[in-house]
Amino acid sequence: MLRFLVRRVSGAVVILLIISAVTFWLFYAIPRDPALMSCGKNCTPEALAQIRHNLGIDKPIPVQYWDWLVGIFAGREYSGYGFCHAPCLGYSFANREPVYGTIMDRLPLTLSLAFGSALVFLVLGIGAGMLAALKQGRFLDKLASSLSLIGSSLQIYFVGYIAMFLLVAKLGVLDQPSYTPLTQNPVSWASGMLLPCLTLAIIFTANYTRMTRSQLVEQLSEDYVRTARAKGLSRANVFFRFAWRGAMGPIVTVFGIDLGTLFGGAIITETTFSMQGIGRLAVDSVDKSDLPMLLGVTLLSAGAIVFLNVLVDAVYALIDPRIRLA
Amino acid sequence: MTSPMPSTAPLPAVAEIGAVPPAPSAPSRSGSSRSPGRLAWLRFKRDRTGVISAGVVIFFFVIAIGAPLIAKLYGKNPYTTYASSRPELLNAFSYPAGPKGGMSSEFWFGIEPQLGRDVFTFLLYGIRTSLGIATAATLLTTVLGVVIGVVAGYLGGRTDYFVGRVIDILLSFPSTLFFIAFMPVVYGVFVAPNDNIPTGLRATALILVLSAFGWAAMARLLRGQVLGLREREFVDAAKVTGASPRRIVFKELLPNLWTPIIIQSTLLLPTFVTTEAGLAFLGVGIIDPTPDWGVMIQRGAQFYTQDITFMLFPGLSMVIFVLAFNLLGDSVRDALDPKSKR
Repeated sequence: MLRFLVRRVSGAVVILLIISAVTFWLFYAIPRDPALMSCGKNCTPEALAQIRHNLGIDKPIPVQYWDWLVGIFAGREYSGYGFCHAPCLGYSFANREPVYGTIMDRLPLTLSLAFGSALVFLVLGIGAGMLAALKQGRFLDKLASSLSLIGSSLQIYFVGYIAMFLLVAKLGVLDQPSYTPLTQNPVSWASGMLLPCLTLAIIFTANYTRMTRSQLVEQLSEDYVRTARAKGLSRANVFFRFAWRGAMGPIVTVFGIDLGTLFGGAIITETTFSMQGIGRLAVDSVDKSDLPMLLGVTLLSAGAIVFLNVLVDAVYALIDPRIRLA
Repeated sequence: MTSPMPSTAPLPAVAEIGAVPPAPSAPSRSGSSRSPGRLAWLRFKRDRTGVISAGVVIFFFVIAIGAPLIAKLYGKNPYTTYASSRPELLNAFSYPAGPKGGMSSEFWFGIEPQLGRDVFTFLLYGIRTSLGIATAATLLTTVLGVVIGVVAGYLGGRTDYFVGRVIDILLSFPSTLFFIAFMPVVYGVFVAPNDNIPTGLRATALILVLSAFGWAAMARLLRGQVLGLREREFVDAAKVTGASPRRIVFKELLPNLWTPIIIQSTLLLPTFVTTEAGLAFLGVGIIDPTPDWGVMIQRGAQFYTQDITFMLFPGLSMVIFVLAFNLLGDSVRDALDPKSKR
């Protein structure tokens, strides 16, 4: 187990290094000068050079990349800003705020959205999938399958506005989506996040229904399930302790990937509901040529995906003892 | 010759039949000798959902291709702001004066709020743009994925390892973020920073970026398939008779790969349609005034509380198209590969 973790985590770190280097290189492939953008109208060459120096972009690109890497682990000195403590992701080109602080400010919203919608789609998706598998070929199964087909064809940027139009503007049963920190006021946190979480969960619910159903149908036809039935175990026991346990593996894998993607910010959902999470931060940083911010967000998003993958593989071995971590 | 795996033995034979036209020597009662393609077609024809959804999908492609002709017969175009010459079309708040978004016998799907363009032709041309980009991206992705996957699987060794790692990295890159970050780079290569970006370039950049990211899944799938096929007797036989690698890839391997290739690309097209529209919605893909599904949704989002009708046309038509295409994809999979379980 330990050897597995060490190997996978180091692999993940290498992937993150490559991704951040590619982002760095990509950024400088655009012929845009962030110093010129923040210098304004009456820009003198001296002022420009000073800004370049302050932003740390007067050095060759590999050196800049190295400085950035060192900053994450050891912190670094910024002329004009003072010392930036580890984990230092630098300062935004656009508003000169520390990147780490900005990301930490935006993260609670994104996490609320991720966990909120995950709760909805896990309960609804797996529940509907289980029902469909139990009632195979009957009305409930057909209903769940058709609904999930329609659900997976819907788009957040359409459903979100329709839902806001009907539920918020016309009927007034839900609040305009907004974010209040959970610690500040749990009730308005929940009422503000409800609609975005439900909308984001629709497409996932559809996928999880289909996946749960097909996995369970397959497991229920396995020999070991027949044996368990033949031994006279109760239906519930056979269903949950035998078939469901066998069906869980692939679902956990996909869930890990989905959760990782959600941690990196649901860009379209945040845009639709005008919420300022990690996803919006990423879009804005591309708009403003804000390299440090973009790097920070990319590192967070990719890191979430990569490390959840490792975690999922480890969890997989706990669920399914046949899997050996080698 | 004994086959160690009798269950998998018929596959190469099936591929052979596919290459040869129905044997004339067979005393011909129609249908006594059927190619796999014909069998799949017969299975597909019996699937009513599949046939209906194929009709819907074809309808969308026909109106996309025929958009200029339809617009000519209908007598309007998606660019003219009809309200500027006829201010009575919009009310004092720049919303359509008529009920239901200004739908009338003249403007079938109503008038766009604020600018007063014709919704019907805007939607037609929008479907044309979106489907064009998605189709081109699907074709390019498929070609890239097939070539890279087959080469990696067939050559094996270091190439395979390298391709495998590239695929790993691509798949762990957050995709929407990747698209957003990459688009300005592609523009930057062709256009000076402050110049306008021509629509053709935007479309080309979209196709390139979507394909650059999309090939990984296809390549991984095909690599796995080729790894299995490579060790089979018919490939060995071809090698022994002195076939070139080129012949082995195109004549021996590829005929066995058509089913996964077709299935995977039917999954790709609807995702590209929705991704392309999503990027336009975010303002990084196709932008106004070029008609596009995503541009329409973005426009609709600006005044959805006042005039939801405008939003319904692009939204519903996209849902219908994606649903029909997904159903069609399922039917095609069932027809090509009847053993597969859903």
